[in-house]
Amino acid sequence: MKRRQFLDTMLAAPLWCSMLTSAWSAQVPGGREKRLVVVLLRGAVDGLNVLVPYTDGHYYDYRPGIAIREGRSDDRARDLDGRFALHPALAAIMPLWRDRSLAFVQCCGSPDNTRSHFEAQAYMESGTPGVRTTADGWMNRLLSVLPGEKDAPRAVSFGPVLPRIIKGKAPATNVAVGKAATHAMPLDRPVVSAAFDRLYRGDDALARAYREGQKGRRTVMAELAADMEGSSMGAPGIRSFDNTARRVARLIARDGGTQLAVVELGGWDTHVNQGSGAGQLANRLKPLGDGLMALIRALGHTYKETVIVVMSEFGRTVRENGNGGTDHGHGNAMWVMGGSVRGGKVYGDCPGLAEDQLFEGRDLPVTTDFRDVCAAVLRAHIGLSTTQLAHVFPAYRPAFTHTAGLLTPW
Amino acid sequence: MTFCPRVVLLIGLLLPGVVASAAPLDESRRPAHVLNRLAFGPTTTDLERVKTLGVEGYIAEQLDPALITPSAALDQNLVRLTTLNLSVVALYLEYGPTVRGRGQKPDRKVVRETRQRARVILDEASTARLRRAIESPRQLEEVMVDFWFNHFNVFANKGLDHLWIGAYEREAIRPHVFGRFRDLLGATARHPAMLFYLDNWQNTAPGSPGARGRFKGLNENYARELMELHTLGVNGGYTQQDIISLARIFTGWGFVLPRARARGSQGGFRFDAARHDASEKVFLGRTIRGAGIEEGEQALDMLARHPSTARHIAYKLAQYFVADEPPATLVERLAGRFRDTDGDIRAVLKDLFASPEFWDERYFGAKFKTPYHYVVSAVRASGVSVENHRPLRGALFHQGMPLYLCQTPDGYKNTEAAWLNPDAMMRRLSFAAALGSGRLSLGGKTALRSGGPDIAAKPLDAYRLMRLAANHYSENTRTTIAEAAPALKAALILGSPEFMRR
Repeated sequence: MKRRQFLDTMLAAPLWCSMLTSAWSAQVPGGREKRLVVVLLRGAVDGLNVLVPYTDGHYYDYRPGIAIREGRSDDRARDLDGRFALHPALAAIMPLWRDRSLAFVQCCGSPDNTRSHFEAQAYMESGTPGVRTTADGWMNRLLSVLPGEKDAPRAVSFGPVLPRIIKGKAPATNVAVGKAATHAMPLDRPVVSAAFDRLYRGDDALARAYREGQKGRRTVMAELAADMEGSSMGAPGIRSFDNTARRVARLIARDGGTQLAVVELGGWDTHVNQGSGAGQLANRLKPLGDGLMALIRALGHTYKETVIVVMSEFGRTVRENGNGGTDHGHGNAMWVMGGSVRGGKVYGDCPGLAEDQLFEGRDLPVTTDFRDVCAAVLRAHIGLSTTQLAHVFPAYRPAFTHTAGLLTPW
Repeated sequence: MTFCPRVVLLIGLLLPGVVASAAPLDESRRPAHVLNRLAFGPTTTDLERVKTLGVEGYIAEQLDPALITPSAALDQNLVRLTTLNLSVVALYLEYGPTVRGRGQKPDRKVVRETRQRARVILDEASTARLRRAIESPRQLEEVMVDFWFNHFNVFANKGLDHLWIGAYEREAIRPHVFGRFRDLLGATARHPAMLFYLDNWQNTAPGSPGARGRFKGLNENYARELMELHTLGVNGGYTQQDIISLARIFTGWGFVLPRARARGSQGGFRFDAARHDASEKVFLGRTIRGAGIEEGEQALDMLARHPSTARHIAYKLAQYFVADEPPATLVERLAGRFRDTDGDIRAVLKDLFASPEFWDERYFGAKFKTPYHYVVSAVRASGVSVENHRPLRGALFHQGMPLYLCQTPDGYKNTEAAWLNPDAMMRRLSFAAALGSGRLSLGGKTALRSGGPDIAAKPLDAYRLMRLAANHYSENTRTTIAEAAPALKAALILGSPEFMRR
């Protein structure tokens, strides 16, 4: 089955969780605008059960209760490359792997060893591990060096608040999820906004921030209103990732529109009873996989111009704990999807699971800085220069050691 | 000694930056300035108070809150918040994790229900904080609670801290906001909320008799933040070796757990000598002999008296009260005052509020309000009597500053760079529009039931609002408001550029 055919027949699956999306695309010289969607899995997903190292006997020794066997049945992981296998709950995205638009980079993470969710998430979003004082997010800094129309609203997030990764000086619009998604804010009323337009017609910092905020909000709300009229939205009141995914697609599919999106998903902190092929983790991975496919399906041909990165603040312990769960670890897998991705391959330097190969004898090591993967995407997919990369990730020079060939440069 | 005045004059000439270039704030703006900085913005009542006492009198009174008659209505409402006065131990016993047998797996339903039940603690702490900030006549006290809570931040959603967030503010922060810095530091160091938040409760000397399970190694988290954030500051002159030494000094500082032991404990703090590193340490160049819990007290003494701490605190106070980039001369003088008075916070504040820099024209309205300042000052100006604080908590959440929920130990910032962005402006103005038009359901449950907020919506009195800060609106703001529809005027005042600043 061809990818498009497959995608067209995909059924969208509901996703229970609140998801936050910000989308962004770049106008590249001689090319179409590029889009980037970042999916943040907050709480540290267990990468070893996403990307199962089924040929490493240690894996089964460490995880007697939660390890997943490789095989074809519903509770068995799907072989990827003869070494790793994919969690069965993610079977929906296997077509991407077969079409080679899905890649993984194993053993990614932050050089900062913190096992605090909050610190690690802050670093993942600021893009400055170890530096707490960074006020903006790396995707916001990216906006300021993004090629293309500076005046157009180019970044959006879906969720309760603008997440740190996209917060900063450059304009980004946040849209609520669920029932509240298309609720008007008082400021959306024309008579109200006209009065405020007049109040903020100056050229000071407040007035500039005001005008950028208004422009972004008006554009996004107009797009979403059009979507509502097309009655492609699900039943009102159903909180589903499917809806959010299609809103993301709606906003980023059009040229000259939004190019940058962030999606947040919580509930990965599986200290207790995480399950194996089925169970708690599986119940969270399933809607994620289905939602990603819904997004890609709705993107249609724009998927070619899009890269989707899925990441989490750190990995989990290699050994299962006394409660059938896993604790805070270090290295984790990053997922990269998109038209220019050279997929069907697990990248990264991933040593075996023997105790002396583990970080502090307990976790996957970090052999690829998460910024290397992000920078590889920004360089190859967006076309950022070394100087621009240094602006997005200050005081950092990506080595690209284990990301060589991850994407086709445009 | 007749030459003394000349010497003073000479010093004045030699230090032109201190006084000479400062243009003092116009007399007519002084009441608004003092209420914007020492209080959460003007109310009709507080403006009257400033007029009665004079600006200096108001400052003196605010610095000595015991002399200010508390609001009986406020106190009555606070009394009804029953978790507010529970001790750390009582909160743990009443709302903490339920007992289960050894090896027994936690029942997820029970865990969820327990956690759900405990939400009342954060709810009541938030309600109390907002009520006080809006209504208390002791405004500077509330401003200082905001300042010190963020300085010694604790995150309510980290594990057990959801139980202790309110107790932490009541026991560790509030009693000391005008007191000695060393007392404040000591109270936070021993508080279970801080011990949990920065992981020191697990900090254990490796190989000590008490080392087992999760208590098996050194944890540097608290030691690092204690120096970087609470005392010396990031460039305060300490090394990684000092962090390790300080972590060793604080091994064994924790709290009483499990439940059985907690009963009968005072305050919940517990020093576990069996997990303490009793060996000799070198900290900031000084040798600390193994002396159990006293080592920690000694280290806190050293840190509280360190010149870098004086500078760090002086800088932060000047930044909070004067300008994002505070004048160096002021920071130096306040640091000197801090050192000379052994960290007397009231004395430092007194100098700050008397300084020419504080009263410099150029800093009038120079601070961009944080969402907390913005929401609280808008409600105060509105004069609305708030019974339902949920919409205000929601507004803070949407503006990125939910109460007690700053995750990182550096606390919420108070600078324009941290808070001014396009999304924030949209959120703020939407809040202003909702509050100004009377559409926020602040009136409590009964008001909600009788027909919904929109039906009862009545715009705020714009003329009353305007009078609160009549003398500093720009020409454009004044004409826009004057020519706007009556129903919009109040929203425009609260959403004006001038109201975004303090």
